[in-house]
Amino acid sequence: MTFRIGPRTSQIIAYTFLLACTIIVIAILLFIIGFIFKNGFGKLSWNFLTENTKAMGKEGGIFPSIIGTLLVTFVAIIIAAPLGIGSALYLTEYTKGGWIRRIISFGADCLAGVPSIIFGLFGFIFFVITLKLGWSILSGGLTLAVMILPTIIRTSEEAIKAVPRAYREISYSLGVGKIDTIIRIVLPTAFPGIATGIILGIGRAVSETAAVIFTAGSSLNIPTSLLSSTRTLAVHFYILAREGISMPNAYGTATVLIIIILLINFIAYRLMHRFIARYY
Amino acid sequence: MKEKVSEKFLLIISFSAIVSLLLITIFIFAQGFPLIFKAGLKNFFSTHWAPTKGHFGIVSMIIGSLFVTLGALIVGVPLGLACAVFLAEFSPPTIQKVLKPIIELLAGIPSVVYGFIGIVILVPLVRNLFGGSGFSVLTSALVLGIMILPTIVSISYDSLVAVPQTYREGSYALGATKWQTVLMVLFPSARSGIIAAIILGMGRAIGETMAVIMIAGNALKIPHSILDPVRTITSTIALELGYSSGDHRLALFACGSILFIIIIILNIIAIRIGNRE
Repeated sequence: MTFRIGPRTSQIIAYTFLLACTIIVIAILLFIIGFIFKNGFGKLSWNFLTENTKAMGKEGGIFPSIIGTLLVTFVAIIIAAPLGIGSALYLTEYTKGGWIRRIISFGADCLAGVPSIIFGLFGFIFFVITLKLGWSILSGGLTLAVMILPTIIRTSEEAIKAVPRAYREISYSLGVGKIDTIIRIVLPTAFPGIATGIILGIGRAVSETAAVIFTAGSSLNIPTSLLSSTRTLAVHFYILAREGISMPNAYGTATVLIIIILLINFIAYRLMHRFIARYY
Repeated sequence: MKEKVSEKFLLIISFSAIVSLLLITIFIFAQGFPLIFKAGLKNFFSTHWAPTKGHFGIVSMIIGSLFVTLGALIVGVPLGLACAVFLAEFSPPTIQKVLKPIIELLAGIPSVVYGFIGIVILVPLVRNLFGGSGFSVLTSALVLGIMILPTIVSISYDSLVAVPQTYREGSYALGATKWQTVLMVLFPSARSGIIAAIILGMGRAIGETMAVIMIAGNALKIPHSILDPVRTITSTIALELGYSSGDHRLALFACGSILFIIIIILNIIAIRIGNRE
């Protein structure tokens, strides 16, 4: 005799299972954030953020790593944003399919799937050694720029696509050329969406470790030029945690990282939603 | 004139992604492949890794990467797929609106934080529950399984949502329950998207480095149980690149080349499957 579960019962079982899985996933996320905050929030203070790191991170604050993170991320965005937005513009405004479009899309899609350690290897051999930039903010920023390029291309592409056709047509009908229409109409309209892509790129750059540790190095000195080696927050946290230098400082650094990531995601989400509400 | 120049300018810019991809390929292969041929395939595909003494066998690391990735898929795919189905089919739009960005937030958390949570929570937990050191295939699979969730949830969610509403209505009209519709109508229709999600998740798991280094134990031998420590291709590169030189460094680039080939193949499969839809 076979035991058969009726469709209604199986529906109830399935619903319970799916709900449970979703709750587990959300719980894991909340747990990770809560756990880091619980152990690290007490460490946060003005001094922790603004003091130099002492004794390899055992004492003192995380000021050099904050500066390092800012500079490396800044270089990455300055390079990746124009390239990414330009690529997205070409994809949406100038190609109508064909092999050029396929190649560009393929490049962006493939690049998006490349793991960060490969970017680290590439940045190390290309920027650090071949171009002789050494372990520096510049090498780290350039490597990250390549890494976040696909994020910016894809998000900008979606944003530009969402700009209504009519906007362009009105502009053309007034005798404005294509490139001027792009600069004056399309880009400003798509701006919130493009900004979302850039902010997500910042998020990836800030949380990256493998690609920066071999290109920007891990120096704790305050950088004096773009060719100085530096240590980002994520790298600092990795070294503190892995080498067991100081657990309280590791938790403190992780808390700062998580706060930055939460802020970035919140801003990106808000921007995107305002944009979607307007044009979709 | 101005139009022509700006179009050409944008065209050149738009090749930045593919040019980067080519540069990465050329520079990593140019370092890695000569060593593979110099050392010989037999040396390279053995289990003896002592790169400073001329032994470049990477088989135990490849097996390590495969074990850890397989484990991550066993943890992440059912959980992620369930989550995607729940969001797409069983929850009202307001809940979707709240939950989707929360799950995407998982993707934003730095991988070192996952590794850290692994060290302070999962490693002791696994040690106390199952014995061993706690630095193991199991721990890595759990952490990586969680890390690939956002990839699997978002892509399968999108492909489920893309199934035309009429398919669902047709199925309900025949008296099917929601769950039967999911199993018999939505899964087959969204199949290629779901497969692409799994393949991309697999790529993330194979490529993950920092989290794995922190929790896998990094022992250079083929694991015999899920409680044994393991070393992946990525952890070898990250652990040794800093102090390597000469052939040793080239050997790490050879590891990178193998990893890169695996990733590109996975990407191409995922892109082709995704495009078919």
